[in-house]
Amino acid sequence: MLLNPIIRLGRGSIFLGKTLAGIPQLFVRFGLVIKQLYSVGVQTLLITLVAGLFVGMVLALQLHYTLSTFGAEDTLGLLVALSLVRELGPVVAALLFAGRAGSALTAEIGLMKATEQLSGLEMMAVDPIQRIIAPRFLAGFLSMPLLAAIFSAVGILGGYMVGVDLLGVDAGAFWSQIQAKVDFYEDVMNGIIKSFVFGFIVSWIAVFEGYDCIPTSEGVARATTRTVVHSSLAVLGMDFVLTAIMFN
Amino acid sequence: MSEPLIKIRNLHFSRGANKIFDGVDMDVLEGRITAVMGPSGTGKTTLLKLIGGQLTPDQGEIHVQGQNVHKLKRAGLYKLRKKMGMLFQSGALLTDLSVFENIAYPLREHTNLSESMIRTMVLIKLQAVGLSGAHQLMPSELSGGMARRVALARALALDPMMIMYDEPFTGQDPISLGVLVKLIKQTNDALKLTSILVSHDVGETLSIADDVKIISRGKLVAEGTRDEIMHSDSAWVRQFVEGEADGPVPFHYHGASIEEQLMQVKA
Repeated sequence: MLLNPIIRLGRGSIFLGKTLAGIPQLFVRFGLVIKQLYSVGVQTLLITLVAGLFVGMVLALQLHYTLSTFGAEDTLGLLVALSLVRELGPVVAALLFAGRAGSALTAEIGLMKATEQLSGLEMMAVDPIQRIIAPRFLAGFLSMPLLAAIFSAVGILGGYMVGVDLLGVDAGAFWSQIQAKVDFYEDVMNGIIKSFVFGFIVSWIAVFEGYDCIPTSEGVARATTRTVVHSSLAVLGMDFVLTAIMFN
Repeated sequence: MSEPLIKIRNLHFSRGANKIFDGVDMDVLEGRITAVMGPSGTGKTTLLKLIGGQLTPDQGEIHVQGQNVHKLKRAGLYKLRKKMGMLFQSGALLTDLSVFENIAYPLREHTNLSESMIRTMVLIKLQAVGLSGAHQLMPSELSGGMARRVALARALALDPMMIMYDEPFTGQDPISLGVLVKLIKQTNDALKLTSILVSHDVGETLSIADDVKIISRGKLVAEGTRDEIMHSDSAWVRQFVEGEADGPVPFHYHGASIEEQLMQVKA
């Protein structure tokens, strides 16, 4: 019972080692990564934009309600920006990424296994970890910080739309508070580091679950579910750890 | 008599508690079509994966062209695999690439040929399987038989010394079946290949095989040339070749009899 997760963690770590070892070869075949950047990153853009906009708008509504009781509406921009850049941007973008791109990666790799495409590559003397897994892993790792940054930027715009256009907060105060109080290293860089870590974890779980799945319809379905559940929990758990280290 | 290209000695392989091979010795001779036959679930596909080095035996050795497959380092194994084509049951075509790109794939991976040379080679291989007009199609647009022919063209792309066919006749309509049987025979003879044909379609397989090996329950139960197998008086071989329900291979799956099961009172 307890042994199984430990065995899987061991297998996953060996698999990660092989994947990382395959990354240097991708520099001569960067086309493979670009193709995956499109399907992993660009195709997750729409859901990220829409979710970011709404999260920013809701944040502005909620914060304005509380801040207005203290007469501190001018700090709305700052609070929206800090919440997004430090926490919600990396975390929510990572959860969306796990649901949209992570599940797709697992299902694609799992189906390639079930339809013997991975075995076929091996028999053609082509290492599937180098050609199939490593480009997807790298694309996920690179896409995640960009998506988190876009999420935060759009969220701040959403907060502006609600706070300034709808609720009448002063536009100058909204932006100047952000400019004055959001620290590039303390806030933005830490958020970026978080999103790199989340990108690494989600991409690792997604490609490993696909590669390690039982090659049947049920096996692929279970692996896809595991990707979303494990990635989401891992992101939330790591977020606590990283926040404790960075902001304490 | 030609030298064995593949030598299997004392092969043992298990999946969990299930023994797939229990001391199998087998030779596959160069230049011939060797059929490996047996009931479903006897490990015929597993045997091909063992020969290709995708699985490792629990015990025993497999030598291909004098090299012990499971003692080779990764680079050596990949070098050997370039000379071993394999046709999977599903075709195993890469679904995001067109027919042309699928066949060009091993050439692009393992050679430095120019684009025009690759194009010429791909079209020649496709012509050999009668599908030169289908090079722009995607795998999802192909029928099962066409997909297997494209997979055969891809397996031939690097001019291998041998090809392993995994159940090539399963689920084919009579025309596709006839085409595949003819192609396997023609390809083997024209390119002087060695073919291993795993199948349980007795009629089609025996029509082109030179040598036949029959495995069941982890053992090699019969081997010989096609004529020897067809005229064998072994009860086991007769049952398999003639497809009879009664014989040494029981119709019923082993386990408790129906009487015992019916008499069991539910706790």
